Amino acid sequence: MFLLGSVTYGAVGPGVAMVSDTEPTVDAGALDEDERFSEPRVEQVGEDEYAAYVVARQFGFQPDPIVVPANSTVTFYVTSADVIHGFEVAGTNANTMVVPGEVSEITVETDEPAEYGLICNEYCGAGHHVMEGKVNVVSQAEFESSGGDGE
Amino acid sequence: MSEAIEAEQTFADKFPEEARIVRAALLGSFLALTLGAIFGIIQTLHRTGVFRGLIDSTDYYTSLTAHGVFLALSFTTFFLVGLFTWAVVRSLDRPLLNTKITWTWYGLMAAGMTMTGVSILAGFVDSIDMSADVLFTFYAPLQAHPMFYAGLAVFIVGSWIAGADYFRTWLAWKRENPDERIPLQTFMVLTTMAMWYIASSAVAASVLIFLLPWSLGLIDQVNPTLTRTLFWFFGHPVVYFWLMPAYLLWYTVLPKLAGGRLFSDPLARVVFVLFLLLSTPVGIHHQYLDPGIAEGFKFISMTNTMFLLLPSLLTAFTVVASVEYGARQRGGSGLLGWLTDLPWRDPAFTGMMLAGLMFAAGGFSGMVNAGMNINYMIHNTIWVPGHFHLTVGTAVALTFMAATYWLWPQITNKPIYSRTIGLVQVVVWFIGMALMSNAMHAQGILGVPRRTAEPEYSGFDYPTMFGGFEELNIQIAIGGTLLFVSTVLFIGNLVLTMGNPKVSGLGDPIPSALSGPDDSPKVLDNLRLWVGIALTLVVLAYALPLAAIIQRGGLLGPGVGTYPVWLAPLLDALANAAATLLGGIADASASLAEVVG
Repeated sequence: MFLLGSVTYGAVGPGVAMVSDTEPTVDAGALDEDERFSEPRVEQVGEDEYAAYVVARQFGFQPDPIVVPANSTVTFYVTSADVIHGFEVAGTNANTMVVPGEVSEITVETDEPAEYGLICNEYCGAGHHVMEGKVNVVSQAEFESSGGDGE
Repeated sequence: MSEAIEAEQTFADKFPEEARIVRAALLGSFLALTLGAIFGIIQTLHRTGVFRGLIDSTDYYTSLTAHGVFLALSFTTFFLVGLFTWAVVRSLDRPLLNTKITWTWYGLMAAGMTMTGVSILAGFVDSIDMSADVLFTFYAPLQAHPMFYAGLAVFIVGSWIAGADYFRTWLAWKRENPDERIPLQTFMVLTTMAMWYIASSAVAASVLIFLLPWSLGLIDQVNPTLTRTLFWFFGHPVVYFWLMPAYLLWYTVLPKLAGGRLFSDPLARVVFVLFLLLSTPVGIHHQYLDPGIAEGFKFISMTNTMFLLLPSLLTAFTVVASVEYGARQRGGSGLLGWLTDLPWRDPAFTGMMLAGLMFAAGGFSGMVNAGMNINYMIHNTIWVPGHFHLTVGTAVALTFMAATYWLWPQITNKPIYSRTIGLVQVVVWFIGMALMSNAMHAQGILGVPRRTAEPEYSGFDYPTMFGGFEELNIQIAIGGTLLFVSTVLFIGNLVLTMGNPKVSGLGDPIPSALSGPDDSPKVLDNLRLWVGIALTLVVLAYALPLAAIIQRGGLLGPGVGTYPVWLAPLLDALANAAATLLGGIADASASLAEVVG
């Protein structure tokens, strides 16, 4: 019983929504024509709710930096233009595989303004170690004055 | 009676032709260990920034592929087939049916591994248009040279024939001994090979149906989620394929070295049956963070994984009980006082005990990996190699090296050159791994990724916990260096042993268990039944996920390109990255100028 209890807690415990098959597939070779990924960006989708459309490719992330407002709910939709990558906001549990043809969806709650490193944590080719980006959590005011497009 | 005869003879005396095969397999294994250790020390020093002069960071991945393939596939599997050949022949007390078949599978495995090895090592030579920098997991759409995949296929087919060799020899024995129970070591070999057939079928299908035709240009693209899932169908049970020979040694050789005998033969059988049943339907726990796989499938995989703890915990209790029995036979007493009566000067005994101790730590970090929510913290961080250097890198590798100190004289009639060097070697391995693995786990929690030439980044610093990033790097470098020194001591000791003259009187028989096979239910020996259940569990765990993956992305993937690691496009990509990096530096200096201004 203890075993089953701990297993269930492990799955549904502290508010982690699993990366899953919720998003339909995309054509990795034609992201230019994709409504969400032709222009990687952050946009507001509700009150204190934002969507970040992120493309990973050899060897960087777009947009870079990804600018999101503090004290809000941000859903990242991440896909790859070429090979399998990783998307890891260093030191947090915002972490997912990025597979070409698939869209990874993860939702995070942002707190106070802070800057985080964004790294590719799956080997993706000879330049893998230079593939990094940033996730900048900024105040609401700063986010709005920057135009709010995440660039 | 038979034991008395065995006491006078070693395995090499009784079965000289089989002993030759076991030696050939172990030497193949140790060649791979040597190569793997050389790449290991290069990587440790490169990654930690201690010394980056030997290879470029772009060649780090060639080295990492070689380290993974030579150690995880070649070192382990060659040792396994050598040990299993010894175990089958010894425990059935009869020669192999036809050693021509035996040399055939040995030749196939050696040829396959050579093909794969050459395709990897060619990556260091720019003038050869061949490379396989796809790491041990070869995730598409990164693409290796066709010879990499072809060699893997040949290697796996060789291992299948090895399994058939063991099964045929057992069937011949069964005709000669119709009413006897399967001897324990043979039972362990057969259940492990049955598990191997189930597990490796998926990776063979992935290579032969998708990856090899794709690398030859016969098909345009593959479904990366499908080939990745087929890899992990194989990739988790393969860790038990590495571990089962270590278990065989812990159950049948370690208690004898302690001065006693195995506590319970039936329990050992139960453990091997559980591994046959549960090893495979768990692979999706490596894919908790994959898009395109439903959460429910991940949950089923996690539940199965947690049940896998059971046979390992059973093993811990049985092996410790057997060792305690040995100590008490030697006059040990008291609640823990018997520990001092164990043969700690014997490198075979001490090495296996230290390996088992480290496996307990590896088991705990494995439980952490298996929990879905904590997995988000550590997935693809250096925590993961920290974990498997405790399991395959110590529980398996150190057990193999330690067992060699006991086994080698049995198959050569030559005493080990220096048991003292052997003792130092196993202890140095333990200390080196304790340092390296602990620091890797700690860096993983900081978010430091695995599989990278340069884990330090320009845009941010890691937070500080349990010592900072730099300090942990030093621990990793020292630990890795000790592991290299330990490997050199092991190989050196073995080479010097080969120069020793042959002597007689080294025979060292293995006593039967306290509670023998007659105490265990006959159904345990019904291999058909267990294989049937194992296949059913695999179908239950994988049929729906595989169908869903194919339905989503198609058999050949939802519009995904091809990215050969050995051709010019890579250089373009690197140039682009450099441009992006320069752009980033320009941006950074612009914003710096703003701040200063």
